[in-house]
Amino acid sequence: MSADHTPAPAIEVAGLTRSFGETSVLRGVDLRVAPGTIHALLGSNGAGKTTLIRILSTLLAPDAGTARVLGHDVVADPGAVRRAVSLTGQFAAVDEVLTGRENLVLMARLRHLARPRQEAERLLGRFSLLDAADRRAGTYSGGMRRRLDIAMSLVGDPAVLVLDEPTTGLDPAARQEVWQVVRELAAGGTTVLLTTQYLEEAEQLAQRIAVLHEGRVLVDDTLAGLRRLLPPGEKRLVEVEPTLEEVFLALTSGARA
Amino acid sequence: MSAAHAVADTAALTGRSLRHVTRSIDTVVTTAVMPVAFLLLFVYVFGGAIDIGSGAGAGDYVDYLLPGILLITVATGVSYTAFRLYLDVQGGLFERFATMPIARSAPLWSHVLTSLVANAVSLVLVVGVALLMGFRSGAGLLAWLAVAGLLLLFTLALTWLAVIPGLTAGSADGATGFSYPLVFLPFLSSAFVPTDTMPGPVRAFAEHQPVTPVVDTLRALLAGQPADQGWVALAWCLGLLVVAYALALATARRRARP
Repeated sequence: MSADHTPAPAIEVAGLTRSFGETSVLRGVDLRVAPGTIHALLGSNGAGKTTLIRILSTLLAPDAGTARVLGHDVVADPGAVRRAVSLTGQFAAVDEVLTGRENLVLMARLRHLARPRQEAERLLGRFSLLDAADRRAGTYSGGMRRRLDIAMSLVGDPAVLVLDEPTTGLDPAARQEVWQVVRELAAGGTTVLLTTQYLEEAEQLAQRIAVLHEGRVLVDDTLAGLRRLLPPGEKRLVEVEPTLEEVFLALTSGARA
Repeated sequence: MSAAHAVADTAALTGRSLRHVTRSIDTVVTTAVMPVAFLLLFVYVFGGAIDIGSGAGAGDYVDYLLPGILLITVATGVSYTAFRLYLDVQGGLFERFATMPIARSAPLWSHVLTSLVANAVSLVLVVGVALLMGFRSGAGLLAWLAVAGLLLLFTLALTWLAVIPGLTAGSADGATGFSYPLVFLPFLSSAFVPTDTMPGPVRAFAEHQPVTPVVDTLRALLAGQPADQGWVALAWCLGLLVVAYALALATARRRARP
């Protein structure tokens, strides 16, 4: 292979495997995420998305293979990985007894920032939470909780943000809000890896989409590249491009057969 | 990870956890309610019929009883530590902290330090009620410091024990239920009646479980007498602490990297 000019990947996963007892969840995952891009990890329930995310955020050790974030190995140097990456898990992990502001100040203190209150104020403004800043997070709506949750992950501007199904359970308006936030982050240079089971979400947000199925990455390409995997729609009166959903279903049913 | 960071992380998380306590101050009060109820019941209802020997009068029973009541207070109080930790685990906060670049020990120590503070407040409340009921102590400053030190050590040991169900429980009831036998233990000790009134096997148990030497030591210290069970009490508390701490850390490690 010839040397290319692509920058060093922000996330680099090679040959990653992980089993739980007899169940093999990851069976040799390879994935490269370029810095400053939004990369979607698409897969059905049980495809291994969350397991991969947990390994990347040092919550779980792999059985074999390597995973690096900004060049730091998750097993050999978990401390450096934790400084580089911030995880927003599947369920909003906010302290319900504290106010929104207190949650953010706590995160800022734990990330050893010089001005925790200022950082909290900045993120409250950015996520439209200023009005609710001094209410307990337990009183927030689902969308507000998710916004606070993501804001907490962004304290201290981590280089890599991992979002595990960020819009599951949100109403359409709240989903749009989260999408907007993700787009702005990537525009600002943050690398975003997000898992989703919503094909539209991957279509809307991601520069590249990796399809994870039964513990392996089947394909990893741009939306246009994925579309080329299927023949274009029959020419009748209008040409219909295959939707990502069609590509996804064709791929995953093919692999199962 | 520098030591300064470890201290700062633990301080930040302890501040958070203490806020949970001050925002549900009822937990500190309810911790004191049951022990105070026992105190009232035993002093004013059963106390007249209980002979603690050496021709002591009824008024002296509160002095006799208080040490055991203090241990019941701690046993009740640590169940809130298990409960708060359980909520952190269930709510995903414990995991969130695990993904952050903070000292690994900080999340658990923050709960343990909070437990020490909350239990100290509850203990002061119970001692206050006992004073109103006629409790008097001839103990000097050193003896009071020894009492505080022994109670602190006992609380620390029981709190680390509480960490285990806090991390592993599948329900809130499971997290707090472990403390019921701990609350019951003082009844099978020298806390309420002298052990020599008990039938053989019960007496043998009572004299060889940790509560009896701790109660005897606290009682002697508060009465301004030499605490000849002091070393036994200290050994029990330290032993319990080491075992509970090791088990709690092993549980946390197993949870963190399944």
